[in-house]
Amino acid sequence: MQVSRRGFFKVCAAGMSGSSLVAMGFAPNAALAEVRQFKLAHTTETRNTCPYCSVSCGVLIYSLGDKSKNARSTIIHIEGDPDNPVNRGTLCPKGAGLLDMVHSPNRLKHPEVREPGAKEWKRISWDEAFDRIAKHMKADRDANFIEKNADGVTVNRWNTTGFLASSAASNETGYLTHKILRGLGVVTLDTQARI
Amino acid sequence: MALQSLDIQRRSATTTPAPQARETTEIAKLIDVSACIGCKACQAACMEWNDVRDEVGNCTGVYDNPVDLTENSWTVMRFAEVEENGKLEWLIRKDGCMHCEDPGCLKACPSPGAIIQYSNGIVDFHQENCIGCGYCVTGCPFNVPRISKKDNKAYKCTLCSDRVAVGQAPACAKVCPTGAIQFGSKADMKDYADKRITDLKSRGYQQAGLYDPQGVGGTHVMYVLHHADRPQLYNNLPADPSISPTVALWKGVAKPLAMAALGLTALGSLFHYVMKGPNEVSKELEDEMERQAEAETEGERENAR
Repeated sequence: MQVSRRGFFKVCAAGMSGSSLVAMGFAPNAALAEVRQFKLAHTTETRNTCPYCSVSCGVLIYSLGDKSKNARSTIIHIEGDPDNPVNRGTLCPKGAGLLDMVHSPNRLKHPEVREPGAKEWKRISWDEAFDRIAKHMKADRDANFIEKNADGVTVNRWNTTGFLASSAASNETGYLTHKILRGLGVVTLDTQARI
Repeated sequence: MALQSLDIQRRSATTTPAPQARETTEIAKLIDVSACIGCKACQAACMEWNDVRDEVGNCTGVYDNPVDLTENSWTVMRFAEVEENGKLEWLIRKDGCMHCEDPGCLKACPSPGAIIQYSNGIVDFHQENCIGCGYCVTGCPFNVPRISKKDNKAYKCTLCSDRVAVGQAPACAKVCPTGAIQFGSKADMKDYADKRITDLKSRGYQQAGLYDPQGVGGTHVMYVLHHADRPQLYNNLPADPSISPTVALWKGVAKPLAMAALGLTALGSLFHYVMKGPNEVSKELEDEMERQAEAETEGERENAR
């Protein structure tokens, strides 16, 4: 393509004036702007209790999908539950960061056991875990249960095993925990749940 | 397209006025510095909601972590230890975008639509229109925006414009366990601030007051300060912030002048074209020059012989 000297100047001048006009704000831009899409619009909302401390704040867990057959849920956001009287929607920095705990690669997701003398933790099933716990408890209770004290008074104590319950345990769970463990004679029993 | 798109008050580098007919409720966030315990729940909630994560930093010997705002930390706690009336006071200020009524960042921004001010008062960055020039950083009287090293675009607090648009409080305001961050209409926030100030005065903070600097037309993030007479105590919160005179000069005075100069040049060129026409060489002159050239080549040939 042949461009004359004059033609070249014309093209340059047209380009310059055009871009200058746009730079000066003469471009007919529509005044459009949208905020970021609200990311919770149709997520599934699940109520739960923060697992960290004994304050036991209520949280709302938002997950992808509507729990339909083929939609896999993934938790995408967690925030405080405004209807929970404990925290009324607020959270502490740990609670506010719950999402990253849920998705942490270091999170313990299965029962594990470290056999006596072993160095490694080994993954076991929940059934195995419950069996092991039950057997250990039975053996310990059979060996150390105190039926009567020195004065011959019936005390039914089992002092060699203690029990700690979850911070997220509800009132009802706490009641059951208490009934079962007191029934076994456990004295050292605590939960940090205060709900 | 959401209806929100019509509720624009101002748009960066755009001279056409935005639709103004509808009036949405002016919102504000009130940070009660006297009630803040510096727990940083707001920092965690902010990152969680906005899908940004900052690096796990290093302890620098103070509680500030991170030590400054970053492209991922849109809000940070700034801790100041000052001695007042013979007592140590630990002043903790939640720093972040103030959402000015007259935003310096928007004034300075050369990219159309990269910074938007909504009619509810929120000043929002639209990264898809951002060219990463950093003018907003220099234009900001509070030194808030930060340019990401990942995509070279500017980021800052959006006042959770996406949450506010659907009628929710910003993530930081919702999460705050001591109620130090309140959210509502600007009028309500001022009323609440008055109550807090009365309370603080009754507790001996005679200079307690509201920080809503008029130098930038007021802000949509306001502070209740125990020492409102000396905001600089709170990690150099500017006492009377205003848009830098350089920005005001270039975008305020120089821009229309430059536009006028450009227009006059174009008009002048047009007149020159009409009056004088294009610069043409006459037929006679061309013939004359051709004859001269021929004569010269003739002479050269004769010399060669």
